[in-house]
Amino acid sequence: MFESLTDKLSKAMKSLRGEARLTEKNIEDALREVRMALLEADVHVQVARSFLQRVKEKALTQGEDGKGVSVLQGLNPAQQFIDIVYQELTEVMGGVAPEKPLDFASKPPTVVMMAGLQGAGKTTTCGKLAKFLKKNGHSPLLVPADVYRPAAIEQLHVVAKDAGVPSFRTDERDPVKICTLAVDEARAKGWDVVILDTAGRLHLDEALMEELARIKAVCEPTEIFFVADAMTGQDAVRSASAFHEKLAITGVILTKADGDTRGGAAFSVKHVTGKPIKFVGSGEKLDDFERFHPDRMAQRILGMGDVLTLIEHAKEKIDEKEAEAMAQRLAKNQFTLDDMLGQMRQVAKLGSMQKILGLLPGMGQIKDQIAQVATDKRMKHLEAILTSMTPKERRNHAILDAKRKRRIAAGSGRPVHEVNQLLKQFLEMKKMMGQMNDPRFMKRMKAMAGKMPGGMPGLPF
Amino acid sequence: MGFLSGLVGKFKQGLQRTQDLVLAPMQRLLGMGRLDEDQLLELEDLLLQADLGVHATERLMERLRFEMRRSAEIDPKALLKDELLKILHHVPSRPFAAEGTQVVLLVGVNGVGKTTTLGKLAAHLKGRNEEVLVVAGDTFRAAAIDQLELWGQRAGVEVVRNQMGGDPAAIAYDGAARAQAKHIPWVLIDTAGRLHVKEHLMRELDKIRRSLQKVIPQAPHRVLLVLDATTGQNGLNQAEAFKEAAGVTDLVLTKLDGSAKGGVVVPILERLKLPIAFVGVGEQVDDLIPFDPEAFVEGLLG
Repeated sequence: MFESLTDKLSKAMKSLRGEARLTEKNIEDALREVRMALLEADVHVQVARSFLQRVKEKALTQGEDGKGVSVLQGLNPAQQFIDIVYQELTEVMGGVAPEKPLDFASKPPTVVMMAGLQGAGKTTTCGKLAKFLKKNGHSPLLVPADVYRPAAIEQLHVVAKDAGVPSFRTDERDPVKICTLAVDEARAKGWDVVILDTAGRLHLDEALMEELARIKAVCEPTEIFFVADAMTGQDAVRSASAFHEKLAITGVILTKADGDTRGGAAFSVKHVTGKPIKFVGSGEKLDDFERFHPDRMAQRILGMGDVLTLIEHAKEKIDEKEAEAMAQRLAKNQFTLDDMLGQMRQVAKLGSMQKILGLLPGMGQIKDQIAQVATDKRMKHLEAILTSMTPKERRNHAILDAKRKRRIAAGSGRPVHEVNQLLKQFLEMKKMMGQMNDPRFMKRMKAMAGKMPGGMPGLPF
Repeated sequence: MGFLSGLVGKFKQGLQRTQDLVLAPMQRLLGMGRLDEDQLLELEDLLLQADLGVHATERLMERLRFEMRRSAEIDPKALLKDELLKILHHVPSRPFAAEGTQVVLLVGVNGVGKTTTLGKLAAHLKGRNEEVLVVAGDTFRAAAIDQLELWGQRAGVEVVRNQMGGDPAAIAYDGAARAQAKHIPWVLIDTAGRLHVKEHLMRELDKIRRSLQKVIPQAPHRVLLVLDATTGQNGLNQAEAFKEAAGVTDLVLTKLDGSAKGGVVVPILERLKLPIAFVGVGEQVDDLIPFDPEAFVEGLLG
């Protein structure tokens, strides 16, 4: 599916190349493809529709004169549109993550309540969150309030032990009372966070939903997390909104994100509840738990890793400032080995050579040819040689005598003749740079770097 | 099967909530003799909301459009039903008949309800007076063994277990050997939930298979992939990976009593041609019933 998407967009590219702005017509194909991508990622149909409608309006009414976004050089309208979708998706999913991962009560203990459907992973998540908090200097208490599923309580005790945190033990069988007693105990014993593991339930189950509301009423949790399985389909909207209506959740924890699901449920849940996704569970171990990154999730949902990467490249990863500084140095004909290293790293920033070549439509065939000459491996070797030099040597190549070259060769693990070869290439470059003693040259080079890796004049790679 | 009686009612009961929630508009649309473009799009949205996926939905819509070009009046419901039943009827499920010792392995991703399904299945088989041996093969998840023990007690069947962290292949071997020696017709083996992308965990399933085959060459006779009805399009990846790694023979669709309709089984069945043996429609021990394609399609379409 990923590949076909690139193909389709390349085709669209042919007919659209050269168009300067986004118009209703030139984003038509992209709109359809993005909708497909969202649906295949399990984003809810209506969520996808209203989201795309908004993005489309934005794309067609913004820009310098309000008549549509201009198409960046190096992109076609379809790609430009996808870029807007991606930015917007990231934004809706949370933009910049909040400073603090969760809110704490002004007077401890802070009560954190977990809720969700059966099998979403609440109990495991309790253990992961407890461990996360412990690592951050808190002393959490885990509370088993799932009296329905066989052995659920035992499971939480084991998880607590693995996480190295205490769990609340009682003979009480009423979930509401268990939670109340636990909060009291935490207060008495000085545990600063109480994590309530409630029973999984269907949002349609009135009696159990009512039980959650009662736990909330008596324990006054600061955070109520809806624990959602990343593999959930369209139903995510219904369950999340039902839990939100009943409990007014404060955040979402996404589980089982280490699979190959595209995770559109995350977007649906965020969209309908408006609450931030705080954490992501991503593995079997209790440490496999991290804070949520909206941009990564947006990429995953769009499933357009390649297209997005290409867009990134087109937006020019080359550091303006650095390039400017180098241009100045060139103007004074002061090109050094340091600059050469810097330049190589600029190219490396664009990503693996082969990958870049693979991304560019029409480059597929010559990719292998070029790859033989300008391999990433060779880049690595050159870099190794350059970094094995002392800063002084890189500033002034003239001091490189046979002894120094031997040391550099040994340090980089490359033969001496490769060191010599590099020096020869450097001198050629320096000579050429002198001739092209023009600041505008860097700009041209930058443009070429985006389009034609390996095509930098005079560069040894 | 004794518990076949009244099961259609039960199935419908489980799906009723689903219908009440979202199917009213579907029924309205499907009752029309002709649909305009807006109505077609609305119907398409509803099918997508059932987790049928983009491709299956497109196919169904194509069929409707095709028929509408051919005749002035169509019966959308009958057409969609026909199309869906073709897929669902493709491979009928073999009955669970005891011949010698039958080994049944349950596999699936985390949290789909494997242990619960196994408990219900044990109770069901026991209920028709056939001996069952249950093997606590999930030695990974905390307290999974205890959970299975409790189900075993409820169903009144023997549970073979070793300690947490033990080798699931070894305990599976023990279970199969014990059942064969005691002429017990059913061995049900629980396994730890695993995401289908974890290669080393998927290889472990193969190891379990091979160790079972050392006892009974044809084992496991049935490999049930347990699938959560709330799962989206990832279900297809799950089914493909488990079929490849564990030789899945049947699907079990759980949690159909929620508001999810489990539509992802349609693309799965279309691609993999597997039967659905059972569906889970509740938390009670008798809430595991044989799959009924007609009732399921009624659920999908209202």
